[in-house]
Amino acid sequence: MRLVAGNSYLDSLLAGRPQRPAAFSSPALAWLTQLRANAVDRVGALTVPTTHDEEWRFTDISPLSKLSFQPVRTASPLQAADVERFYLAEATTRLVFVDGGYAPQLSSVARDLGVVVMNLSAAVSAHAAAIAPHLGRHTAFQDNVFAALNTAFLHDGALIVVPRDASVAAPVHLLFIATQKEAASYPRCLVVAESGSTVTVIEDYVALRDVAYFTNAVTEIALADNARVNHIRVQRDSDQAFHIANCAVSLAHASRYQSVSVALGARISRYNLNVRLAAEGAECAVDGLALIGGQQLADTHTLIDHAQPHGVSRQLHKCIVDGAAHAVFNGKIMVRPGAQRTDSSQSSRNLLLTGKARVDTKPQLEIFADDVKCAHGATVGQLDAEEVFYLRSRGLSDAAARNLLTYAFGAEIIDRIPIASLKRRLEQTVLEQTQSN
Amino acid sequence: MIYQDSKTLLEVRGLRATVNGVEILKGIDLTVRSGEVHAIMGPNGSGKSTFAKVLAGHTAYEVTGGEVAFEGKSLFELKPEERARAGVFLAFQYPIEIPGVANSQFLRLAYNTMQAQRGRDELDPLEFDDFVREKMKLLEMNPDFLDRSVNEGFSGGEKKRNEILQMALLEPRLAVLDETDSGLDIDALRVVAGGVNQLANKDNAVLLVTHYQRLLNYIVPDYVHVMESGRIVKTGDKALALELENRGYDWVSVEPRAAAGAAA
Ligand SMILES: Nc1ncnc2c1ncn2[C@@H]1O[C@H](COP(=O)(O)OP(=O)(O)OP(=O)(O)O)[C@@H](O)[C@H]1O
Ligand SMILES: [Mg+2]
Repeated sequence: MRLVAGNSYLDSLLAGRPQRPAAFSSPALAWLTQLRANAVDRVGALTVPTTHDEEWRFTDISPLSKLSFQPVRTASPLQAADVERFYLAEATTRLVFVDGGYAPQLSSVARDLGVVVMNLSAAVSAHAAAIAPHLGRHTAFQDNVFAALNTAFLHDGALIVVPRDASVAAPVHLLFIATQKEAASYPRCLVVAESGSTVTVIEDYVALRDVAYFTNAVTEIALADNARVNHIRVQRDSDQAFHIANCAVSLAHASRYQSVSVALGARISRYNLNVRLAAEGAECAVDGLALIGGQQLADTHTLIDHAQPHGVSRQLHKCIVDGAAHAVFNGKIMVRPGAQRTDSSQSSRNLLLTGKARVDTKPQLEIFADDVKCAHGATVGQLDAEEVFYLRSRGLSDAAARNLLTYAFGAEIIDRIPIASLKRRLEQTVLEQTQSN
Repeated sequence: MIYQDSKTLLEVRGLRATVNGVEILKGIDLTVRSGEVHAIMGPNGSGKSTFAKVLAGHTAYEVTGGEVAFEGKSLFELKPEERARAGVFLAFQYPIEIPGVANSQFLRLAYNTMQAQRGRDELDPLEFDDFVREKMKLLEMNPDFLDRSVNEGFSGGEKKRNEILQMALLEPRLAVLDETDSGLDIDALRVVAGGVNQLANKDNAVLLVTHYQRLLNYIVPDYVHVMESGRIVKTGDKALALELENRGYDWVSVEPRAAAGAAA
């Protein structure tokens, strides 16, 4: 019975899918049409996960299937004035998507950038050579119904191709704005950093209205030899939204991936981040912060896959859980046979602000090589009473002391964001959120 | 200094306190008037820090008896932050580290809280920066300590200086300094003592907890008290500290020393 119910829900989601997007009609793009068709098949074969699935043990996604979501029919006619408060001073290049659809009037791409930054559906013909080896190759949708759904709907999204040895000084801002109730959007991002190139990408999810909608995003990032990618991800969706995202990163020789992801919004959010150190000497730093309250649930699943020797990975994930919220962190570190001299450290630190707040944290080490250095640890706690007392003994009220300490706990992650205006804004948000109680 | 007709700042009567059900303070009596410097000495574990923390309102200690009046008002009716705002300051024996909170931000918050309390203008970050740097100069502190997290990775002596910096900023009516001299080198001791002497005037008072006569050469006490097993067992003038330095505590002890201790 469950299976049938699940499938009919997925069918209802698929029903909103445009049959044959004009952009992909060229025979040269048959591979893309095939990719989408394969994804549709997989959606048909898979079901919406339940808490019986190991990967979804702590995250009950069933509230999603109680609501119906469709891609928007009529795009919201937004003006720059409606959304420019989300713009970042440092980011001169910006792609804006409204309810999943590309909004050229809000986007801005500096000319002579020396880098491809385009709406994916408009770029597929001209940049097929850069896209085809990567699109759908890093995020497996075989067993992942949400990645399959995203791929089935694959259309608008961001394409960033940084040519060999190019270095983009200003960050690229990908801004996803939700405006409509019950809208389903399927953002797709592909970042290809060719050898020796450097780029900073901000993936930013925001809402104009406090309504229920469904964002199902997939991001693929491919780093060639010696490339560097800074990836900042901010999920500040509406508190009623459902946000499910899969990100897959593949690192070639001596490349370096740094990411900071911050989850503030959504009723239920789930972020799967898979980082594969696919060649020798690759490095990644993967940090995260979930700051939630009320009835929110934020689930982060990461996999750092050391497939080759001399890889370095660093991970600090923090959760601040207020109200009756629930945070989940599952951090798997895989060290494959032969990945000698792997140096990996992972730390999960969690702060529960109330008796009803809950966190499930699960570091998972799977090590199949013998000459490796792997450190990991998890802590769950409340604010330190001695720290609170110290601050109060200097005249700060109990609430001010707690706010300051809570803020400091989160600020450690936000400080790692290399974009001053975004950092300031998020620090402000954390300040407001921690002071609201 | 002892002044004629000075006001009573702190009045402690029969103070008893427990921690985890164990009685540590067993009836303390002490009167501190404005202008005075008091030193409290006494063996390890006698309850000096406990007394200091009870005055500051530490929540781990339960007051089980007695009274403490500060400027005529019961301290026990005030929360720790209210005591601080009323002018009670404790320099901790072991100042804790607070990772993630910038020292500059913390100092400014504390300073502005006190300014607001006294009906004076608060300082914005730039103004405060100038102000605090001047104070740090007097204490010969490196301004780099502003950018670090509160006490994080500070050496023992640096933490103590940071406590004195806070005292200098907050200008308390009653400064309780719990072994602020321990762990200070000779130069630091002189600087810290200078900071305390600069603060001391006829309207406030200083309560020094110390093990060493050394500090009392710089900050001359009007009274020296000996604490033992949670009570003040002897009170004298500065000569008492010298005598303790020479003779130890046994001669003032009201309780027989443990047999093992005596044998050793
Ligand atoms: N939280 C606690 N739990 C149990 N015992 C405690 C606690 N805090 C203090 N004590 C005990 O209370 C007694 C007094 O401690 P206190 O720190 O006040 O001594 P002190 O006079 O300051 O000693 P020192 O000169 O070594 O600093 C000690 O025996 C100590 O072990
Ligand atoms: Mg002590």
